[in-house]
Amino acid sequence: MLVPSRSAHRSDITDADCAPQSAALPGGWIALHGIVAACAIGVCVDIAHAGAEDSPPLPQRLSETGLFSPGTTQVDPKHLSFSPQYPLWSDGAIKRRWLHVPPGATIDASNPDAWVFPPGTRLWKEFGHDRPIETRFVERLADGSWRFAAYVWNAEGTDAELAPAKGIAKLAAKGAPRGTYAVPSRDDCRTCHEGGAAPVLGVSALQLSPDRDPLAPHAEPKSAAQVDLPGLVARGILRNLPRTLIDHPPRVTASSPVARAALGYMHGNCGHCHNDVGPLASLELSLTQETALSDTAAKVLYSTLGHSSSFRPREAQPVTQRVVPGRPDSSVLMLRARSRNPMTQMPPLGTQLADDEGLALIDRWIRHELPTPTKEVTP
Amino acid sequence: MNTNPLRSRSTYAVLLLSSSLTALTLATSVAHAGDDKNLADKIARGKYIVATSGCNDCHTPWKMGPDGPGPDMDRMLSGHPEGMAVPPAPKPDGPWLVSVAATNTAWSGPWGVSFTANITPDKETGIGKWTLRNFRDMLRTGRHMGQGRPVLPPMPVPVYRNLTEADTEALFTYLQSIPPIRNRVPEPLPPAVPVAAN
Repeated sequence: MLVPSRSAHRSDITDADCAPQSAALPGGWIALHGIVAACAIGVCVDIAHAGAEDSPPLPQRLSETGLFSPGTTQVDPKHLSFSPQYPLWSDGAIKRRWLHVPPGATIDASNPDAWVFPPGTRLWKEFGHDRPIETRFVERLADGSWRFAAYVWNAEGTDAELAPAKGIAKLAAKGAPRGTYAVPSRDDCRTCHEGGAAPVLGVSALQLSPDRDPLAPHAEPKSAAQVDLPGLVARGILRNLPRTLIDHPPRVTASSPVARAALGYMHGNCGHCHNDVGPLASLELSLTQETALSDTAAKVLYSTLGHSSSFRPREAQPVTQRVVPGRPDSSVLMLRARSRNPMTQMPPLGTQLADDEGLALIDRWIRHELPTPTKEVTP
Repeated sequence: MNTNPLRSRSTYAVLLLSSSLTALTLATSVAHAGDDKNLADKIARGKYIVATSGCNDCHTPWKMGPDGPGPDMDRMLSGHPEGMAVPPAPKPDGPWLVSVAATNTAWSGPWGVSFTANITPDKETGIGKWTLRNFRDMLRTGRHMGQGRPVLPPMPVPVYRNLTEADTEALFTYLQSIPPIRNRVPEPLPPAVPVAAN
């Protein structure tokens, strides 16, 4: 795609630039002068990367965020390493994650699906292919607000620099798909992290449950050094977690192991936007799993089966239903998860490659695991 | 003259209650009048923004009239007409990079082909189910409903994202007040050479 100067604003264009210079073309199309095109393309580029600066100023280097032990590039052992059981697909990137909760502070898990993190909470997530490329940073400030940032590692691997607020659309990165890597804008960070019940996505009762799903795509085995739900409780970091979730660790309730993994996959990859508490609640599409419910899958089935999609893909045969049991190719959810056309794909950001393993799982779920249309589904 | 203190107190209590209810009713009515005035002010301000910010230029289909082309206000802000067949756009030639349909609702350029959105409050095909937050986030992030696909040219998001919170709310309030028009706008077409493989 062409990338023109951001300076091409509408205000730069005079009537003389536009009106007399259009040319009639067949079929109802009118061609416009290049300067208008530049304006339009500039809009396209700007919108993807526009982002407001945060306040107070973010640290300029990753080493200044507190991730490392002082004077080293070794992660401070006080930070807790963790691994969610249903990780987000990130084009095959190798990821590592850490949580820091200030000494004496605690996470309130009264609502097991919307943990409240104390001010001073910090999280880091490292992405790499052949080597570390980027580390994302999330912090809760003293006033209760959250801020998000990305740091890009230098070639020597000695530190990482704060990325621009607008992100980096194509960072050359050896080992990454097509040799390039996209660093998200800060607006994009908020798009995913502020779309659900809690802005921290990978640290939750279900994601850190010791009852891990053996079929979860791309899940890393939890190492002894990583913290899980009982570990957080034992350390005194988590309080008010309902006792039942200690006695019976949360898991997706499903009719089969495949259904459990498919529902968990959608929770980790779709549920942070598609839920019934965030800004997209009006879509009435919930792909998240709520451990507070006895049947965590019910809302997903209720909001997908038999529901028309407002998105109508351009297919030879009209595809109008969110999910059609037995027919993944007739299900909008499947078509959008499979697509990497930027106008169609789901998730809409953070990935350039479709996730073959995840798609195969969703395909099996739709094809074989769903109730037939005659079976009533209730929330 | 009533000398019964109990009765007097009772009468006083009734009067006090009555006065309180009257005051409450009056206050509620004043509050409602205030709300109505506030709503009317927001709608008026939103209408002004639409009229001065070019919304009808693209979101209302244009048609040829006796005085030349102009927006068809019978289809005000309903976006690209659902049933309108659009042939492939001319290939870019030299400095002529962008083409636009005569309705002003279909735009072809390096981003593909975009069709202007239905921004009437129709619940199925417009923005009738959107919340103010969806609308505000769309303007601020340039993503559909603030979280989905990129909103494409010619939508001048870098301009409109600078609207104040009050003007954004006024604009949204006005758009929710206009007649809903059912018109399902097609999804955008990808560029001839896709940015990423489908």
